[in-house]
Amino acid sequence: MNLFEFENVITDFKPVLGLEVHVELNTKTKVFCSCPTNFGASPNTNVCPTCLGLPGSLPVLNEKAIESIIKIGLALNCQIAPWSRMARKNYFYPDMPKDYQISQYDEPICFDGFLDVLVPNGDDSSKIRIGIERVHLEEDTGKLTHAGGFTGRIHGADYSLVDYNRAGIPLVEIVTKIIPDTGELAPEVAKAYVATLRDLIRNLGVSDVRMEEGSLRCDVNVSLMPIESNQLGTRTETKNVNSLRSVERAVRFEMQRQAALLKAGERVKQETRHFHENDGSTSPGRSKEQAEEYRYFPEPDLLPIAPDSKWIEQLRSELPETPTAKRERLKQAWQITDFEMLAVVNAGALDLIEATVELGTDPSAARKWWLGKITRIANERGVELEQIDITPAQVAEIDQLVATGALNDKLARQVISSVIAGEGSPGEIVQKQGLAVVSDDSALLDAIKEAIVAMPEVVSKIQDGKLQASGALIGAVMKATGGKADAAKVRKLLFDYLGVSQD
Amino acid sequence: MTELTRMTAVDLAAGIKKKEFSAVDVAKAHFDQIAAVDKKLNAFLFIDEDGAMAQAANVDKKLASGEFLGPLAGVPVAVKDIFTQKDIPTTCGSRILENWRPPYDSTVVSRMKNADMVLLGKVNMDEFAMGSSTETSAYGPTTNPWDTSRIPGGSSGGSSAAVAGFLAPLAVGTDTGGSIRQPAAVTGTVGVKPTYGGISRYGIVALASSLDQAGPFARTVLDAALLHQAIAGYDPLDSTSINQPIPDFVAAAKHKDIAGMKLGIVKEFAGEGYQAGVLNRFNEAVAILRNLGAEIVELSCPSFTYALAAYYLIQPSECSSNLARFDGMRYGLRVDDGDSSVEQVMAATRAAGFGPEVKRRIIIGTYALSSGYYDAYYGSAQKVRRLIADDFNAAFSQVDALISPTSPITAFKIGEKLNDPMAMYLNDICTIPVNLAGVGGMSVPIGLADEDNLPAGMQIMAPVMCDDRMYRVAGALESALVSSWGGLLLDKAPRL
Amino acid sequence: MSKLSRDELRSIADLARIALTEAELDQFSSQLDVILDSVAKVQEIVNDEIKPMSHALDINNVFRADVVGNSLSATDALAAAPASEDDRFRVPRILEEE
Ligand SMILES: [Zn+2]
Repeated sequence: MNLFEFENVITDFKPVLGLEVHVELNTKTKVFCSCPTNFGASPNTNVCPTCLGLPGSLPVLNEKAIESIIKIGLALNCQIAPWSRMARKNYFYPDMPKDYQISQYDEPICFDGFLDVLVPNGDDSSKIRIGIERVHLEEDTGKLTHAGGFTGRIHGADYSLVDYNRAGIPLVEIVTKIIPDTGELAPEVAKAYVATLRDLIRNLGVSDVRMEEGSLRCDVNVSLMPIESNQLGTRTETKNVNSLRSVERAVRFEMQRQAALLKAGERVKQETRHFHENDGSTSPGRSKEQAEEYRYFPEPDLLPIAPDSKWIEQLRSELPETPTAKRERLKQAWQITDFEMLAVVNAGALDLIEATVELGTDPSAARKWWLGKITRIANERGVELEQIDITPAQVAEIDQLVATGALNDKLARQVISSVIAGEGSPGEIVQKQGLAVVSDDSALLDAIKEAIVAMPEVVSKIQDGKLQASGALIGAVMKATGGKADAAKVRKLLFDYLGVSQD
Repeated sequence: MTELTRMTAVDLAAGIKKKEFSAVDVAKAHFDQIAAVDKKLNAFLFIDEDGAMAQAANVDKKLASGEFLGPLAGVPVAVKDIFTQKDIPTTCGSRILENWRPPYDSTVVSRMKNADMVLLGKVNMDEFAMGSSTETSAYGPTTNPWDTSRIPGGSSGGSSAAVAGFLAPLAVGTDTGGSIRQPAAVTGTVGVKPTYGGISRYGIVALASSLDQAGPFARTVLDAALLHQAIAGYDPLDSTSINQPIPDFVAAAKHKDIAGMKLGIVKEFAGEGYQAGVLNRFNEAVAILRNLGAEIVELSCPSFTYALAAYYLIQPSECSSNLARFDGMRYGLRVDDGDSSVEQVMAATRAAGFGPEVKRRIIIGTYALSSGYYDAYYGSAQKVRRLIADDFNAAFSQVDALISPTSPITAFKIGEKLNDPMAMYLNDICTIPVNLAGVGGMSVPIGLADEDNLPAGMQIMAPVMCDDRMYRVAGALESALVSSWGGLLLDKAPRL
Repeated sequence: MSKLSRDELRSIADLARIALTEAELDQFSSQLDVILDSVAKVQEIVNDEIKPMSHALDINNVFRADVVGNSLSATDALAAAPASEDDRFRVPRILEEE
C-alpha cells in the first residue's frame, strides 16, 4: 500500500476528523434488565429473558444509566433534551439477541456541547475546542468468538460462538461534530481528545473507561480536503481503535493512505476500516457506499425520558471538578507551566501524580518519578501509564526513602523497576536487595581514607582551596560502596576529615 | 346440579369453597369435555393435564387445611399460546416456535397461578396473533362451536372457542386490533380489551408493542370482571404498565344500574359492509340501554375512517421489528443444511418458519419503516393515531362510554377470506380505533343475527383507566338480555 | 400509486431476512400493492401540525433502580439453543461484517 509522506500530506490537504467514542457505563446492572455487568463472568451466566431477547420479554430503563449519561452530557457542556425517546435500530446480526438494538435516533438525550483539549505544538501547546454533536444511550451487543479457520477472525471461520453476557450493558455513544482542519496536529488532536474525554468520564465515576477491556472504544473518521478546496472529501471510519496511541497512529495512517490515493488520481472508498496494532495500518472492512437501512422508529416498549430541570440541576451539583479546572488548580499548586502540565496530561499521569502528592510527596519529585522512569517503562512496553503495576502509595514510599537519605535517585529507580517487576513493596525490596544507602560512618570513613591514600594530589588541591576537585575523591568513594552511599554525606565526611570548610 | 363444565366461574369457585365438588372434580370434568369435543374445535395446542391436576389438588389441599383462597381458586382457565408459561410449550401458532419451552412465566400466567387458578393448557391463535379467524395458525384452524364450518374469530380464536365450547369457563387472550373482542362477538362470549397498560405485557410474545393488551374471555360479564381483576395491575417488569390503583371491575359488573349514564353511538361505525342482522341486534340493544335509563347520543369521530389504514401500517411496522428475533440462532426452528452462512440460515429459517400472513405483514412493515417511505407511511400513520386519540378524548368529554357493533359481520366460513387480506382486515374496523388510542373496549353478546342465527356482539368503549364503566354498562345490558332470553345466549348453541 | 416492483419486493424481503420463493414474490407483489394503496390513505388527512403518537400512554420517566436481580443459569439460557458449544450459542459462519 502506498503512503504519502506525512509532511507532504499537510502541504496538499486539510485533514477533517470525526470521532465516535463508545463508553460502557459502570452501572451494577444492565441498561434494560437486572443482570449484573461484571467483566469476566463465565459465558451466558449474566443473562435473563430480557437481555437474551426471549419472546415476551420487555426492557425497563436503568435510572442510574440515565443519570450517568446526563452527567456526561453536562460535563461536555451539552444541552439536555427535555423530552427524548429511545429508538430501535433494526438489523440482523447474531450478536444482537433481538435483531434490533435499542438506541437513540434523532432525539439524543444530550446534544450540542464541546470539549477543550490541549495539544503540544512545538515548544508550546494549543487549546482546541472540539464540538460535541450528540451523546446518546444504547445497549451493547454480545461477544462473538470465531472458531475454525486459522486466524480467529470472522473471515475464514467455520462457525462462531456467542456469549450474551455483554449484551445489554449500557453504552454511551459520544459523537463529535466535524473537526475541521487541524493540519499536522490532526493525529495529536484525535489522541488528545480521546485522552481528555477518558479523563473526564473517569473523573465523573460513571465508567471504568479501560480501553484494553473495551469499556472505551473509539471509531475514527478521517477525510481529506484539497488545500484550496472547501469540499469535504470521502471519509473512512476506522473501527475499534483501542488505545490512545492507536488513535493517533490510525489518523496518521489514514491521512497518508488517502493522500496517496488522491495524489494518484484515485478515489477514497467510503467504508469502514480495521486498525492493526502490529504495524499501525488499516485495512478495508464493510463498504458504506450504500446507505444503511436501519428502519429506526421510536421504541414502543420504553416511555419517553423527560428529565425536569430540578433533576438536571441535582445531577449538575453532583458533578466533580472538571478536568480543565483540575488542571488549572494543580498547575498553580505545583507551580508548573502550561507546557509542563501538558506533558503530565499527555503521559496520562495527572491523577497518579495528584494521588502521590496527596500522600505527602513533593510535587516536583512526584512528577520526576512518574514522568521519568515509570513513563519510560510504559513506553517500552507500549502500554498506558496506569497499566504499570506501581501505585502512588509505592511511589510516595520510595520518595520518602530518598528524602530521608535511605536511597539516592539511582537506587530509587532500581527500586521502581523491582516494584514493577512484582518483587515486593519498596521496603521489602530495599531490604532483600541490600539497596539502602551506606550511611554507616565508619564504613564510609574507611573508603574515604583509602581514596585519600590513593589520590594525594587531589587532597593537596582541596587543601589549596580548590574544593571542586573533591569530585574525584567522592566519585571514588561512591564507586567503592557500589553507589549505595549518599553523595552529600560522603562530601561532608571528607571535608570534616580533611578539616576543610565546605563553604 | 348443572354440569360442571356449564357452570360460571363464580359458581365453580363457590361450589369448590362449599366443598360441593372439588377442584380436582372440576378440572377432570373439563379435561373430559376437552377429550370429547376438542377434535371438532381444535382449540387446544397443548393440554397440561398433569400440571393442571396438580394445581387443582393443591387447591383442594389448601381448602382442607383452611388456607385463604381467592375468588377464582380452583377455576380452570385456558391460556392463549402467546403467553409464556415456564416449561410449557409456547408456539404463538407458529412453526418457528414449535416445541419452544420458555424458562419463565408471563406476569398474567404467574398472577393466575398465584390466584390458585387451574391452567388447563395453551389454546390456538392466528400465527403471532395476525388474523381475525385463527386460520393462519400453523397447527390448523380452530372452529366455532356454533357452527364448526365457521371461524371462531381471531386472533384469540382458541380462547373464544374454548369458552364458547364449554372447554373452559375462562380464558385469557390478547387484543392488538380486536383479537379478543371480535372472537368474543362471533362466539357469543364476553371479551375485554382493557386500557393499554392495565395488564402487564411481560411474557406476552409481542405483535405490536404499542397496541397489544391482554384481557379475559368469559361467558358472563361478572366472570370476566373477576378474571380481569385477578390479572390486572401495575408490573414493574413492563414499563408501559400503569402504576395506579385499578378500578373495581367486579363491583361495576354487579352494579346493574345505568340510569343517567350517557352513551355515545359513533356515526362512523355503520354503513357499507355491516350485516343487517348485526345492526338489528345492535339497535335492539341500544333500545334496551335507553329503557334502562341511559341517555343515548350520536356523535362523530371523523378520523376513525382512517383507523384501518393507520393500523395496517403501525402494526406491521412494529411487528416487523418484534419478529426479527425469530432468526434460528437462540431458540426455535433452525433451517441449516450445514453448509450455509448465518445470513442464509436466518433467511431460510424465517422462510420455512413463518406462514404467508406473517411474511406479508413483516414485509409491509419493513417497507413502511424504510427511509424513503417512513414519513409517508409510518410517520403519517402515527399522526392519524393522534387524531383518533383526539377524537376519543372529544367524544369522552361528551359521553361516559361509546357503543358500536363489535364486528360488522358474524362468523364467516373457514377459508372464505383467507386469500383476501383486505377483506379479512375489515373484520376489525370497529375495534381498531380503541387499540390505537389505548382506551378500553369490551364485547358483550347481544343475540343472533337474523340471516344466519349466529352471535353478534356490542362493543362498549371507555376512557383510559375507566374500564369499570364498560362492566357497568355490560352488566346491566346482559342482565336485561339474559332475562329476555331465559338464559345465556350460549345456551342456544348446539351441543357439540 | 405505490407499485411495488418485484425487485423492490425482493430487496425488502432481503432486509427482512426472509427467503421468498418465486411463487411468493408473484403472490405478494399483487397483494401488497392493494394493501399499500389502501393504507396510503393515511396521507390524506395529516399535516405538519399534528404530533405523531408513538405511545398510547402519556407517561414519561419510567425507570428501575440499579439493583442486581436474578439471572438464568447457562444451562437454562442455552436449553432451547439449536446448537451450542462451551456454554455459548453456536451459530453458522458469518459473512457480513457489522
Ligand atoms: Zn438480563
